[in-house]
Amino acid sequence: MLKGRHLIEPSEFRIDELEEIFGLADSIIQKPENYSEICKNKLLASLFYEPSTRTKFSFDAAMLRLGGQVIGFSDPNTSSVAKGETLKDTIITISNYVDIVVVRHPQEGTAKLMSKYALVPVINAGDGGHQHPTQTLTDLLTIRHYKKSLKNHCIAVCGDLKFGRTIHSLVKAMHRYEGTKFIFISPEELRIPRYIKDLLDPDSYRETTSLDEAIGEADILYMSRVQRERFVSEYEYLRLKDYFILTPEKMLMAKEDMIVMHPLPRVNEIAEEVDDDKRAVYFHQAKFGMYVRMALIIKLLGLE
Amino acid sequence: MINVSRLKKGIVIDHIEAGHGYKIFSQLGLDELEDVVVLMRNVPSRKMGKKDLIKIETDINLDLTVLGLIDPNVTVNFVEDGVLLRKEKLQLPEVVEGILECKNPRCISKYQKIDDIKFYLIDRKTKEYRCEYCDTTTSF
Repeated sequence: MLKGRHLIEPSEFRIDELEEIFGLADSIIQKPENYSEICKNKLLASLFYEPSTRTKFSFDAAMLRLGGQVIGFSDPNTSSVAKGETLKDTIITISNYVDIVVVRHPQEGTAKLMSKYALVPVINAGDGGHQHPTQTLTDLLTIRHYKKSLKNHCIAVCGDLKFGRTIHSLVKAMHRYEGTKFIFISPEELRIPRYIKDLLDPDSYRETTSLDEAIGEADILYMSRVQRERFVSEYEYLRLKDYFILTPEKMLMAKEDMIVMHPLPRVNEIAEEVDDDKRAVYFHQAKFGMYVRMALIIKLLGLE
Repeated sequence: MINVSRLKKGIVIDHIEAGHGYKIFSQLGLDELEDVVVLMRNVPSRKMGKKDLIKIETDINLDLTVLGLIDPNVTVNFVEDGVLLRKEKLQLPEVVEGILECKNPRCISKYQKIDDIKFYLIDRKTKEYRCEYCDTTTSF
């Protein structure tokens, strides 16, 4: 039962509960008109304490397409935060007005803190470098759509594996599915953290610094951006940002049915020419993100 | 050998690793207690070579969770009417509330006043705990 629950981190939901959400997302994709009024008279509060256009638009679009309405802010300087109100007081007050809350905040653990005091479901839309569960749901729905199942895939993740929270959440979520193998492709400095590897069976993953060497083995290639904001030194950022670039030449070495994913926005880690390749699904991924958020809102509100 | 009179009612914290006594003394806030408190350091011990020991003549209930955190090998003896009532071996607590502090500078607990922050034990060997908010591991 997902009604009334919060979504703070992806592993909070069991595999069968995730399947409920994905099943509903499938139905919405097939017949969106059946769901266009399901959230009529429901109100979503969108609390964005740091800017994130994509995630905010995705949630807003999801709620509006369900016939619901959205209130909120995307600049904390215009809210009561600027007056020094605590998060606890903010969430208790806002809970009285709305049916569901989406929160994004630069500090880690904020959504969890707010969920303790909220009177309605809270969805974590990103808390610093910690968790971004709806991105993980998006990734899982995308894989499930293109590969028809979430089992027995070889997933190559490439780029910044050290700071990339999207990658950490994806690995944590996918390792629960039978037969998943990982190839971690990164420069030495940006390797996947120990605590993530500790979760995995040692036979289920390997690490490499070469994209060329690994690409032929992958069923799914998950590219990520080296994020400037995670680096203290500009020099280090510039040195590592162009380490891996996916080009049409590299795509020649990949399987015919491999898919390329990316949480977006991309900088230059995927050459634009790759966009025309039918295996490049990253722009569709964004659409799945909206559908999975629609399904999540319906489930947490207990409307289906 | 210094003689300390027998305890009538209270707690004797025994088998404290030499050097940990003062830490426990401070963490339990014993300096603020009005009752008789004795901290003995470097007491000869057959089992341990040297040990620290604390005797507290008090009626009040002390939160001993912190003891397990600092030194899980200590023994706590509860005394009443000059007689040993029961002996308790301590262990690392599974959950710690209000004692540890998160080490992650980006954790929300560094920005908002949270008194009841919980830490969950993740590794008995290394005595590491996980912050309930940001999942960062920390130890005492």
